[in-house]
Amino acid sequence: MKTHNIEIRGGRVVDPASQFDDTASVFISDGKIASIGQTPAGFKADQVVDANGLVVAPGLVDLSARIAGNIDAELEASVAGGVTTLACPPDVDPIIDEPELAERIVRHAEDVSQVRVLPVGAMTQGLAGTMLAEMSLLRDAGCIAVSQGRGLPADTKVLLRALQYAASCDVPVWLQPAEYYLSKDGIAHDSAWSSRLGLSAIPVAAETMAMQNVLSLAWETGARIHFTQISSAEGVALLRAAQDDGLPVTGDVAVHALHLYEQDIGYFDPLARFDPPLRGFEDREALRIGLAEGTLGAVVSAHTPRGVDVKRVPFAEAAPGATGIELLLALTLAWGESLSLPLRRSLLPVTAKAAEILGIDAGQIAVGQRADLVLFDPDAQWTVQESDLRSAGKLTPFLGRTLQGRVMKTLAGGQLVYERG
Amino acid sequence: MPDLKKLPDAEQQIMALAESLRPVFERAPETVLIGVFTGGVWIAERISQLLPSHPPVGSVDISFYRDDFSERGLSPNVQPTTVPLDIAGKPVILVDDVLYTGRTTRAALNELFDYGRPSTVQLAVLADRGGRQLPIAADFCAWRVSLPENANLVLTRTPVDDPKGQLTWSLDDA
Amino acid sequence: MLDPQLDADGNLIHLLSTEGLSKEQLTRLLDTGASFIGVSDRDMKKVPLLRGKSVFNLFFENSTRTRTTFEIAAKRLSADVINLNMSTSSTAKGETLLDTVDNLCAMHADMFVVRHESSGAPHLIVDHLRRTGRNDIHVINAGDGRHSHPTQGLLDMYTIRHYKGDFEGLNVALIGDILHSRVARSDIHALKTLGAASIRVVGPQTLIPTDIEALGVEVHRDLESGLKDCDVVIALRLQRERMTGALLPSATEFHGLYGLTHERLKAAKPDAIVMHPGPMNRGVEIDSAVADSPRAVILPQVTFGIAMRMAVMSVLAGGGA
Repeated sequence: MKTHNIEIRGGRVVDPASQFDDTASVFISDGKIASIGQTPAGFKADQVVDANGLVVAPGLVDLSARIAGNIDAELEASVAGGVTTLACPPDVDPIIDEPELAERIVRHAEDVSQVRVLPVGAMTQGLAGTMLAEMSLLRDAGCIAVSQGRGLPADTKVLLRALQYAASCDVPVWLQPAEYYLSKDGIAHDSAWSSRLGLSAIPVAAETMAMQNVLSLAWETGARIHFTQISSAEGVALLRAAQDDGLPVTGDVAVHALHLYEQDIGYFDPLARFDPPLRGFEDREALRIGLAEGTLGAVVSAHTPRGVDVKRVPFAEAAPGATGIELLLALTLAWGESLSLPLRRSLLPVTAKAAEILGIDAGQIAVGQRADLVLFDPDAQWTVQESDLRSAGKLTPFLGRTLQGRVMKTLAGGQLVYERG
Repeated sequence: MPDLKKLPDAEQQIMALAESLRPVFERAPETVLIGVFTGGVWIAERISQLLPSHPPVGSVDISFYRDDFSERGLSPNVQPTTVPLDIAGKPVILVDDVLYTGRTTRAALNELFDYGRPSTVQLAVLADRGGRQLPIAADFCAWRVSLPENANLVLTRTPVDDPKGQLTWSLDDA
Repeated sequence: MLDPQLDADGNLIHLLSTEGLSKEQLTRLLDTGASFIGVSDRDMKKVPLLRGKSVFNLFFENSTRTRTTFEIAAKRLSADVINLNMSTSSTAKGETLLDTVDNLCAMHADMFVVRHESSGAPHLIVDHLRRTGRNDIHVINAGDGRHSHPTQGLLDMYTIRHYKGDFEGLNVALIGDILHSRVARSDIHALKTLGAASIRVVGPQTLIPTDIEALGVEVHRDLESGLKDCDVVIALRLQRERMTGALLPSATEFHGLYGLTHERLKAAKPDAIVMHPGPMNRGVEIDSAVADSPRAVILPQVTFGIAMRMAVMSVLAGGGA
């Protein structure tokens, strides 16, 4: 095959990993980055991508996007959101608890897209929390980690066994910390607000007790733990303390939780139903700070496409989650903007830091790296509308909101896979 | 429009109206006076005092029977309707202050029939200002006057809470 | 955010909650209720206000009692009433709540009376009607989950005003299962707006919602301190399935701690009235001796309930308060 050379010309290159931020051309050869700034010897561009006025950043790395079920549409959404690497949690239909299912997702994604799709396998069979899934085989089939989906097994002994076994196989364990019984029937943050609305509640203790259990067992077993979608100030504090104690534990936060809090439920808006629930104002502030300080390593879209049939129903009956992968960049930029962070810092938790948690080479612009890039207009304002979203899920509490920063072009594996029409 | 200063004396008109009703009560002593809130009730009470037999007085508030409910809604101060006796089979004199479109009378008749079936109903008004929209006419009337549409003829009582208060007419542009 | 029960001019067009209603709006509703009291006393118990209007009772949660009071109220206003027992009808066949609403709209409904086990379900209907431009259809919340039961709240306020004249200076206690009680929430908001001096909620921590103080109430674990100098005592219904389990050990123990007896009521003012939204569990939240005593105004509550529901329907259909 003939060498394909691309020059991305005139953009502002921002690489969070190296803290590089300057106007430069990026030269791509054979799907990899050949040079930044200087034209490589003998380079002749087959394709020039005009990046004038655009930021050229690493393709985004999203640790939580539920794309299985409608892989083609969701990967279209992914590149429209500038996401070139993503992890898909196991709690999709069908549950990713068998190696063949994981393999099928990976293969399907490879067939239709340049986006790197990394399934997260189920930690227990059917996520039922009783019998271990084939963690080693799942890993061999392409799973980046195992997870229990939303929450922990009810049976703590199963949790212990799962962590022991995962540690033996050297499979990372990603857990959304929620104590089973305390979170089982809840739909909202336990507070004056849920009391007022009469919604059954999930106390913060559901998260902190789960984290404490997991952390105790992590010391015990040596399992590599990543906490997904930490939702409370107390959760951030526990994570920080564990990190300070030297435990190699990481955490992420859902991007919506950086912007919304419990009162955004308003008058029972089912679109604002999430799991974990939107928590209090102070929790949101702690999450924003925790992400800025690096306690929380990554921010995730928690992309969960939902149809009208499960969302335009009473709040308590609505399926939790919302479409989000196409909002990840703009919402992350808005978080950085609100804390006056430089762009190279704002992008860190959706690029290099997220890739570090995955343990793969991604999320940076460096010579020899796979050419996964997002080109975005940092000044473009746009209003979130159902008709603009490529995901099969059109519903998000951000509908109607005006956001700043819009993906214009996406390259994955050195190919221009998305260009805003 | 008639001169405001030359509005007739309502008190004298009530006496005249009572006088014209006297033969009715002589002929049929069981006749009942029913006033329409609020002016009609004041007048009915006066008339009852002026007549030697002091016939019983009831009242109807037509708020629940208005035909313009869906446009105007419910008036905030609906008064209780009190029909004192069983009116079934009895002659009724319905008393109102001003007869205009006839819609109030229609509503009052509807409400009255929810309490029973009177043998006869006659209408007594202090003023008939014309402008009828329904086939309704007063049987007893103290004052006939033709007023333009924008005129608002109102009977007031001073002080308003005093049953013996002075009744006067006022007229203004709506 | 605009209160969904109000239109852009602040008029009440749906009744979803007692929260968000001004003192004037509440007072106007109570005054209107007063004018309907007489109608039910007549031989002819009907007035033609809602003649030709179709009122649909959409009860997704079974309650013959509440449904009947709405049915009587609508019929006394001369409306046509259609009762739909949704727990056994279309939703069981997979039709969504909003599909059902669309269908009934196509049948030219004028008013929906909605009871649903999910908090906020009537709000979803209102949101949908607004989204589809059906602003002429009114929604009355007849109880949604634990959230609100505004007509019960209004009839409770009517009862209190009837016996106590005014709300200024009143001490009111709500006793028992506050956690699951939409009645308690409706009463609290209304009492707060109408200016009650103190509102107490009394019960074990398992039955008191988190941070309920934020609604402007005092929390008492102890019945005697909660009842002290009360003018109004509202016992709440304790659902049978909650009497034993992780919330409470037993009905007997609950009665021992929080059941209303004459002895306990001595802490309240001598002229204190006792209310209950019904149906009562005699010997659990309230002693029979109290329930049948002259200070109990539980049956008048029912009577006033009809008038208040007539008032709400008339005010909504007549362009709001």
